[in-house]
Amino acid sequence: MVSQVEGSALWEIIALTIRVTGTALAASAVLGIPTGAFLAFTRFPGRRLLVALVYTGMGLPPVVVGLVVYLLLSRSGPLGELGWLFTPTAMTLAQTIIALPLVIGLTMTSLEAVDPQLRLQLRSMGADRRQEVTALLSEARAGVVAAVVAGFGGIISEVGAAMLVGGNIAGRTRVLSTAIVLETRMGEFQFALVLGALLLSLAFLVNILLLRLQHRIPYWPGR
Amino acid sequence: MSDPVVELHGAEVTYAGRTVLTVDRLAVQEHEALVVVGPNGAGKSTLLRLMNFLEPPASGEILFCGERVRHPAPLNLRRRVTTVFQRPVLLHRTVFENVAYGLRLRGRDPAGVTWALLKRLDLEGLSGAQAAGLSGGESQRVALARALALDPEVLLLDEPTANLDPFNLGLVEAMIQELRAERRCTLVIVTHNVFQARRLADRVAMLHGGTLIEVAEAAPFFDRPRDPRAAAFVRGELVA
Repeated sequence: MVSQVEGSALWEIIALTIRVTGTALAASAVLGIPTGAFLAFTRFPGRRLLVALVYTGMGLPPVVVGLVVYLLLSRSGPLGELGWLFTPTAMTLAQTIIALPLVIGLTMTSLEAVDPQLRLQLRSMGADRRQEVTALLSEARAGVVAAVVAGFGGIISEVGAAMLVGGNIAGRTRVLSTAIVLETRMGEFQFALVLGALLLSLAFLVNILLLRLQHRIPYWPGR
Repeated sequence: MSDPVVELHGAEVTYAGRTVLTVDRLAVQEHEALVVVGPNGAGKSTLLRLMNFLEPPASGEILFCGERVRHPAPLNLRRRVTTVFQRPVLLHRTVFENVAYGLRLRGRDPAGVTWALLKRLDLEGLSGAQAAGLSGGESQRVALARALALDPEVLLLDEPTANLDPFNLGLVEAMIQELRAERRCTLVIVTHNVFQARRLADRVAMLHGGTLIEVAEAAPFFDRPRDPRAAAFVRGELVA
């Protein structure tokens, strides 16, 4: 096997995949769940347009995101001074942008599906605003976790953005999906398949963890 | 006569420009059981939402213990009143956690009160059951237990026994009677049932078409109703 990926380099690739995808997923969840809740519970002028944009964003082609982030971060771009292009940070940024609309849109719809009478009931029981939103998120937890799972699915497998803004540089920005592309181009199909199996295993493990979370989210509101 | 707890003065509720409730004056006295009757669409549930500060009147004012209530009502005021809705909406948790929930909101240890209420409402055996699997009667009893756990000064009951079988109806009514006798809780009970109104009311208010058409002590309301629509209700006739 004349692979570009051998020995400890493989562990580096797996570690970087987990780091980039994990950070992007955490960022999209931290930003996306409150934004989805805000859109579900608040009415304001322009909300429908914003929701339409979120739904459009749920189908964003990763390569287009990669292109836009590339242009933003390139030396002549508005964020070129940051020096992020061809770094894991650029890949994390692109993947966060890919996952964010999925997390926002699916969180919003899962919260809107909660019985509207429950909001009145919670207020009648003396819930403050934070307790009310926490309880509603807890009621919609299956949908909220599904939103995060969908966000994860959108970024673990994407290759276009990672390739464009990361550059697939060995030892620096090579992740499992971009390594698979490289090995395939070199005709190393067997090794590419091994990397694919690793990617799938990683996705499976993360999904198992997220699904376990569905049953463990605490709901008591504290003081 | 005791002091009024909740008062409505010139309160009007409108939805999309249509007036659904107008109350010139209504005062709920401390420790009384005020039963609100009237046909569907009369504004009974809207009245309860006003009294629970869940929505503001388009005009007029609401007073609680003599103080004008501004919307949104402050949390400490909202926590003195609670509602058992006609359709109980329970959390997707166990029966115990549903009853305990309001106490947890207040940062209080719920165990003692929750177990006592579960026992009182014959729900002890269901404490670990998921609320989603309960029958209508069991759900309504859980909703009542959840409200009672909060020990509210004013308890609003929106048709608490609608669609209940005699066993569950008996349990709920017994609990309401106990509230009146022992806890001296102020009650506002919405019902369609003239017999239930007779059993539970100190006073009766009848709503029709979004307007209060008669408010009276229970005995004169049932013995000598002034309004012909109230008289029809007392006779058990259909009031459209």
